[in-house]
Amino acid sequence: MLSRVADSIYWMSRYVERAENVARFVDVNLNLIMDSPTTDQQWQPLVNTTGDHADFARRYGPVATQQNVLQFLTFDRENPNSIISCVRAARENARSVREIISSEMWLQLNTFYLMVNSAASSGKGFEHPASFFSEVKLASHLFTGVTDATMTHGEGWHFCRLARKLERADKTSRILDVKYFILLRSVSEVGTLYDDVQWVAVLRSASAFEMYRKRHGRMSPMAIVEFLLLDGEFPRAVRFCLNSARDSLHAISGTSGGANGKHPDKQLSRICAELAHANVHDIISTGLHEYLDRLQTNLNSASTGIYERFFATRVPESSQAARQKTQ
Amino acid sequence: MNLSGYQVGDFFDEMYENDGRPRPAVCPLVRKIESLSPGELANRQLEADRALVQAGITFNVYGESAGVEKTLPFDLVPRIVTASEWDRIEKGLKQRIRALNLFIDDLYHDRKIIKDKAVPPDIINSSKGFRSQCVGINPPRGIWCHITGTDLVRHKDGQIYVLEDNLRCPSGVSYVLENRRLMKSLFPEVFDASKIRPVSNYPIRLRDMLEYLAPETGAPPRVVVLTPGVYNSAYFEHSFLAQQMGVELVQNSDLVVFDGYVWMRTTNGFERVDVIYRRIDDDFLDPETFRKDSMLGVPGLMSVYKAGNVALANAPGTGVADDKVVYAYVPRIIKYYLGEEILLPNVPTHICAEPEGLAYALEHLPELVIKAANESGGYGMLIGPHSTREQCEEFAHKIKADPRNYIAQPTLALSRVPTVVDGLLEGRHVDLRPYILYGQDIFVLPGGLTRVALKKGSLVVNSSQGGGTKDTWVLASDPATADQSRGGHA
Repeated sequence: MLSRVADSIYWMSRYVERAENVARFVDVNLNLIMDSPTTDQQWQPLVNTTGDHADFARRYGPVATQQNVLQFLTFDRENPNSIISCVRAARENARSVREIISSEMWLQLNTFYLMVNSAASSGKGFEHPASFFSEVKLASHLFTGVTDATMTHGEGWHFCRLARKLERADKTSRILDVKYFILLRSVSEVGTLYDDVQWVAVLRSASAFEMYRKRHGRMSPMAIVEFLLLDGEFPRAVRFCLNSARDSLHAISGTSGGANGKHPDKQLSRICAELAHANVHDIISTGLHEYLDRLQTNLNSASTGIYERFFATRVPESSQAARQKTQ
Repeated sequence: MNLSGYQVGDFFDEMYENDGRPRPAVCPLVRKIESLSPGELANRQLEADRALVQAGITFNVYGESAGVEKTLPFDLVPRIVTASEWDRIEKGLKQRIRALNLFIDDLYHDRKIIKDKAVPPDIINSSKGFRSQCVGINPPRGIWCHITGTDLVRHKDGQIYVLEDNLRCPSGVSYVLENRRLMKSLFPEVFDASKIRPVSNYPIRLRDMLEYLAPETGAPPRVVVLTPGVYNSAYFEHSFLAQQMGVELVQNSDLVVFDGYVWMRTTNGFERVDVIYRRIDDDFLDPETFRKDSMLGVPGLMSVYKAGNVALANAPGTGVADDKVVYAYVPRIIKYYLGEEILLPNVPTHICAEPEGLAYALEHLPELVIKAANESGGYGMLIGPHSTREQCEEFAHKIKADPRNYIAQPTLALSRVPTVVDGLLEGRHVDLRPYILYGQDIFVLPGGLTRVALKKGSLVVNSSQGGGTKDTWVLASDPATADQSRGGHA
């Protein structure tokens, strides 16, 4: 597979997943606010979750309100990680690999794009945010489903899954990180229900509430961290995501033979092994934030490894062209 | 739906005789349209438009911000060509391409045609499409123009004329295939009744032709389509053709030249490329050979090509035969190389470089169309009947100053085809671009792209100026009564 094509497939998939996650965050926060009798609206943490707080502060000022955060995260074309920018970028990437992906995938992504654009221009996104965000989530699920059902499960599909799972793991870990202070505070007040509405919100951001209840029953911050970080069966848990990302990476390396440069497979395998043996009590007592920070750093380094190994193919040193360039 | 209100007008109508009777070949279609309830045609037209937007079958518009995409308007009513007429067109096109290929090869080698004074030597000097870098090159299998889109028009006299040759990177064939797919889903019954020659095998023939050009390596040849990128106006087509052929679509950054070959960067390292169907103009192909500022090209590509280690389709340098002055000489070119009379006539053309031609052009300026040799897309052109006296005089000066650069042709009244306008049918002018592949043999795709000027009275079919497209149906065989219909314009 062409390196550029693999790169585009990878980013197409990541951007669709990112759009879905942003929709999920915003939607949950809107719900949370309706449940909060206080006027204290928690919009700043949402901006922090995306990692774009500096850009936000520069263009929207110091105060995060429902109105400006909604605009920033949903329809702001200048914010590269807003829903509309993500879907646009996903579609642009898809457009450059249309001959590789299935036409059903293109059709679904194009429909997704047209839907978000029309919501932006008609104002529907602001008037009926709940229905808009569920449409976004549904469109993303459809895309994933169509991908699985219509694209050969070969190298291209594995790049799709690799990207989607890395993105999802990243976002779940960010939610945990941003909300960690709430959870940690609860740990120090063992046995008291500090703010179960917030925990429910955290779980809902990852569509994890129902599955969590089935698995752990009562609400416990420790169990929530364990569920979102270390569960091996819940599809949005960090460990689950990284396990399937690792499997896809193995499949890709297996089909693409000899290795040059770094070995992202090894990096990812190492992260997965650590998660498999991790203990939630240890993580929390040594500091969840520090743990997640290290995890993010390792994930970034694996992403860089993927880039260097598959997307940035260089002319062999032995060739005339390479020799000319170095002279 | 009642079609009795349709006005044939003072033109050749592709669907109706002058007296308003439908031509025999179109009867099944006319019956179908008449059987539709009022409003149904408009509904199916809407359905077709929606399908195009949904499928993202778009072209990019230059001059607007990057990423602006439009759909090419598609009209439901097809243009129908009878079997016998098509056979004549096909023979004429094959003759023309064979001769033009010999002509190009001759120009880049011995120039016998000039030595024999069949065409003037100026023909090379005045052509913007001539590439001195290609002199002496022997392209694989001796073929230069692998893919050609020749524009045809029918005049009021019923005769089909060649309007111009497109030998560089003709586009539009993807619309032929997509239009047909759409029509089959919208009017399946008519296809059963009419027996229409299929077009869907084009990508197969295209790939066969490209593989035929590959250097002998012992391995299966690797063919790629080279696109300038996603913002090119014809990007959809590049992507579509690559997909339909099952080959990689590459951009210049995917290709690199080293060790005497062209390679593409893959997730598995470098893989050798044997044939490049390039949709990039000559000037941008290789900054080491052509324009140094090209950001789209592959440095060193031409050296690999000259060494015979990669094939390029079309061969660089074919633009020399796209020239409008060269066009005027095509009847003589065919005569010179093939010893045959031209089968599919040129529009009668007066060459201003020749004294008689110049005198005629200046005298009849207000009736004529004047074209500059190296311009396209309607630029550098005078349409006499639509111009003021001042504009004519201005052109007369230009022609006198540089007669070699101009040709003059009569103003043609393009034929019309009924077209959906506000749910009813009105006549609109059309042309036709068939696609010709030159590989082991010459293949002409039955039909081609019918472009239609959607504005009332307009003769401009270009998509940038309000043009749309129609499906083109070539009948497998003519209906029994076809002789009557042909009588009028044979």
